[in-house]
Amino acid sequence: MSARRAPAGLRLDNLTLVHGRRAAVHHVSGRFAPGSLTAVVGPNGAGKTTLLRALAGLHKPESGAVAHEGTARIALLPQLAALDRAFPIACRDVVMQGLWPRVGAFRGVPASERDRAEQALAAVGLSGFEKRPVGSLSAGQTQRLLFARLLVQDADILLLDEPFNAVDARTSADLLRLVRDWHGEGRTVVAVLHDLDLVAREFPDTLLIARDAIAWGPTGQALSAANRLKARMMAEAWGEEAEHCHRAA
Amino acid sequence: MHDLLIAPFVEFGFLRRALVGCLALSVSAPVLGVFLVLRRMSLTADVLAHGALPGVALAFLLAGLSAPALWLGGLVAGLLVAVGAGALSRATGGREDATLAALYLVALGLGVALISMGGGSAELSHILFGSVLGVDDAALLLMAGVATLTLVVLAFAWRPLVLECFDPAFAASAGARGGAWHLAFQAMVVLNVLSAFQALGTLMAVGLMMLPAIASRHWAREVSGMAYAAVGIALASSVAGILVSYHLDVPTGPAIVLVAGGAWAVSVLAGPVDGLLPRLVRRGHLAG
Repeated sequence: MSARRAPAGLRLDNLTLVHGRRAAVHHVSGRFAPGSLTAVVGPNGAGKTTLLRALAGLHKPESGAVAHEGTARIALLPQLAALDRAFPIACRDVVMQGLWPRVGAFRGVPASERDRAEQALAAVGLSGFEKRPVGSLSAGQTQRLLFARLLVQDADILLLDEPFNAVDARTSADLLRLVRDWHGEGRTVVAVLHDLDLVAREFPDTLLIARDAIAWGPTGQALSAANRLKARMMAEAWGEEAEHCHRAA
Repeated sequence: MHDLLIAPFVEFGFLRRALVGCLALSVSAPVLGVFLVLRRMSLTADVLAHGALPGVALAFLLAGLSAPALWLGGLVAGLLVAVGAGALSRATGGREDATLAALYLVALGLGVALISMGGGSAELSHILFGSVLGVDDAALLLMAGVATLTLVVLAFAWRPLVLECFDPAFAASAGARGGAWHLAFQAMVVLNVLSAFQALGTLMAVGLMMLPAIASRHWAREVSGMAYAAVGIALASSVAGILVSYHLDVPTGPAIVLVAGGAWAVSVLAGPVDGLLPRLVRRGHLAG
């Protein structure tokens, strides 16, 4: 929406995230450069969602830190499953939730912002859905709706958790176009994905993670056969007898 | 007609007081009920009403049958159960409804034990089921005050509450701090249930909070519409319930709750949204 933006990136310093005592993300360091488009891939249970939540500030690191480069507005697209899709709310109101950083709990919504909400709905192909209840939408349409909310949010850093799951080919192509636009506008995008072909085709950078960062860099190198095999073995070596970690925090 | 609907209120001051008190509560409590239903916490109000019991009992033992003391005791105990359950489930990662159930069962046992020590079970039923004769000026002011406060809090908390129910992860990432609003919301639930204890009794007040809220789902497709529908049903149930209670000589609280229950049954049967009867009338599907 706005043309050129101040660069905003994220840096991980020896980041460890835990659920209970079990590490979900283990001593990961690296950098999501300003304006980068990075795919986060790895086996189930590899800590991808937890990492995204930590980047959004929702999961407190056990040790290490997430450092923000520049002052950035961060937007999170949660997994579709985390949503109460039976909630009685109209599409228009979901899109306008993206205005929260600007209008908060009480301030009125100016007419210009209402227009932006309508434009966002049009941009994701949901014109005319303003008054439809969310419960009547398909999974793909709901994902389009959440992308419209991201458009309205107009953030500098976008964190997408499995954005193309449970949506058809046409929807994912349309949504991918929006992701490309965001990249072109200089926003930083981090997306958790499972479709490696898609990653190889569309995402310049990849973080391959299996609790530890297996590889982080240009997609071609990160997704080498050797790295993929290593990731699978790391994920399967999930023993109850895991020892106490002595690595320096 | 006049004899049936108007005369009782003209004739008896205590009925007028009960009516005003119940109408005030009908404006605030059902809206809280709508959010409880949407959060899948329909039983929370009931749990909090029971959880207030040991506080009420303790106040009764210490101060006797003094309305402000009983009310304050109940308020403190109810808030402790509400806040304690939330804090405990967050700290231990357990489910909030389970923690709430555990705390309220303990509170209930404690309350009953305390009351038996004090030897007054008549007062207990008074608190749980209420009596219209008990609505004095102080009680009326309390109900009106709580209703007003609730509406103000809801006006400020509306967006965060909706956001938190619909998409908690987004709410947190956008900086809508869910915890504080949730706490204020639960405090309002406790206040509403307890402020009704003289007119309706705490248990029956739960009925006025939840039944219209549950029925409202069949009348609207958006939260705001549901809130209006719930308030409308509660207002009508209050008026009709008090009249039923007067003419048939049954206690007010149960009468209002039964009327609200009737409204719920009608909503389930004939409500335009997911009602049973509209489904029976086959209208054919749309082409596209």
